[in-house]
Amino acid sequence: MATMKALVCRECGKEYPTKAIHVCEMCFGPLEVKYSYEEIKKSISRKKIQDGPHSIWRYADLLPVEGPTFLGPHAGMTPLVRAKNLGAYLGLDELYIKNDTVNHPTLSFKDRVVAVAITRARELGFETIACASTGNLANSVAAHAAAAGMRAYVFIPGDLEAAKVLGNLIYKPNVVEVEGNYDDVNRLCSEIAGEHGWAFVNINIRPYYAEGSKTLAFETVEQLGWRTPDQAVIPMASGSLLTKIWKGLHEMKYVGLIDEVKTRINGAQAEGCSPISTAFKAGRDFFKPVKPKTIAKSLAIGNPADGYYALKATAESKGSMDMVTDDEVVEGIKLLAQTEGIFAETAGGVTIGVLQKLVKNGTIKKGDLTVAYITGNGLKTQEAVIDAVGRPVRIQPSLAAFEKTFKMGKNGGGDS
Amino acid sequence: MIKVRIPTPLRPLTKGQGEVETKAASVLDMIEALNTAHPGIKDRLCDDTGELRRFVNIYVNEEDIRFLKGKETSLKDGDEVSIVPAIAGGTSCRM
Repeated sequence: MATMKALVCRECGKEYPTKAIHVCEMCFGPLEVKYSYEEIKKSISRKKIQDGPHSIWRYADLLPVEGPTFLGPHAGMTPLVRAKNLGAYLGLDELYIKNDTVNHPTLSFKDRVVAVAITRARELGFETIACASTGNLANSVAAHAAAAGMRAYVFIPGDLEAAKVLGNLIYKPNVVEVEGNYDDVNRLCSEIAGEHGWAFVNINIRPYYAEGSKTLAFETVEQLGWRTPDQAVIPMASGSLLTKIWKGLHEMKYVGLIDEVKTRINGAQAEGCSPISTAFKAGRDFFKPVKPKTIAKSLAIGNPADGYYALKATAESKGSMDMVTDDEVVEGIKLLAQTEGIFAETAGGVTIGVLQKLVKNGTIKKGDLTVAYITGNGLKTQEAVIDAVGRPVRIQPSLAAFEKTFKMGKNGGGDS
Repeated sequence: MIKVRIPTPLRPLTKGQGEVETKAASVLDMIEALNTAHPGIKDRLCDDTGELRRFVNIYVNEEDIRFLKGKETSLKDGDEVSIVPAIAGGTSCRM
């Protein structure tokens, strides 16, 4: 896959070799991978992709790795679920859920980006991999490092959900709990990355790592029969996922896999941490950092690194952004679970809550082919819903007790 | 004196030093002082209009200056300042 040509500064255009660097020395702008689309176009085809592995690596031509050895061989190709029940409830004819709650191996979309990051880190000769994380990323880095036999350091905020902490420890990386929020962790890690020669997946490996998110766009298009959705609803933390889905859709057009991109991109945040959505609603192209206060901890980035680009992508697509309260997040999680049997983490509740809002205010219309991106698994954020789901019915182990509790007669009743 | 932590991309200007000391009464002041000691540093931190570049984050004693008074944030003896590039990986569809 020698289609990577260089890293290029998004702000001033200066080019760099494809090494472990992420910031332009001249203007501090972010570096991004530059590909030779003309070359890719000659070799890529729908058939080649469909004959490829059942994972993100079927799109290796459009990923920033040299290959042919890929770490994280099972990430991606999660189900695109036709959500008939939720669609009927919301009044949408064609609603799909891109279900990354079942991504391999750690049940979130981060398995995509980490597979790419760790593959590239290995190619660049690193033996230690690290990250700053709101939880899901750390879990994925820890698991991938264990499988790849690499040393790992994961840095997490001090207030994470128990399952996300345990989901690191079990793989035995060095887990560093930082007293502070994600933005504090991130700042610390940016400084550590400058001092130690590690592959920090979301810092010096970020130009490669972030590209893994494009596979959500690629898979959606392939699973829809090589067409783009009319509407996409995407949760935003740093804003990277949203911008990369937008980029991925367009790349498919550049390399001739599809003819047009007609998707409107919609961003979702929780009210307690909505710097990007707030800027969008105010019609600004810049955001003001905030101190996060929301149960949607995986989205709790107050100073979103890609916020500026997320605003730009949404505007280019003529899409929208919105935010929901923590109560609406919980309702969103329950609604998705109870209509489609998919248990999402809090970020999923944010997505469903905002989807509901956008349908209600007419932004998303009945006939729009809509895809909602559900990026993480509810079993990791049980604290968020534990008081909102009721309790089991407790009975003595006798038929009589059961029938009495459910008010059934001797010959059945109840459900029959 | 104010302790300033210098990020990797700026170290060629500080002869490789990751930390420098300077005297300054505000962040703006500090940028000028750094520029006198290490010519060129201001151009890297600020755009043509003198505003801090979009992807430059400055922290005083670990607090983002956007939560304080921005460039006008005052500094006192013993304060620690970190200059940290934002870690965006963003893109636009226009190639």
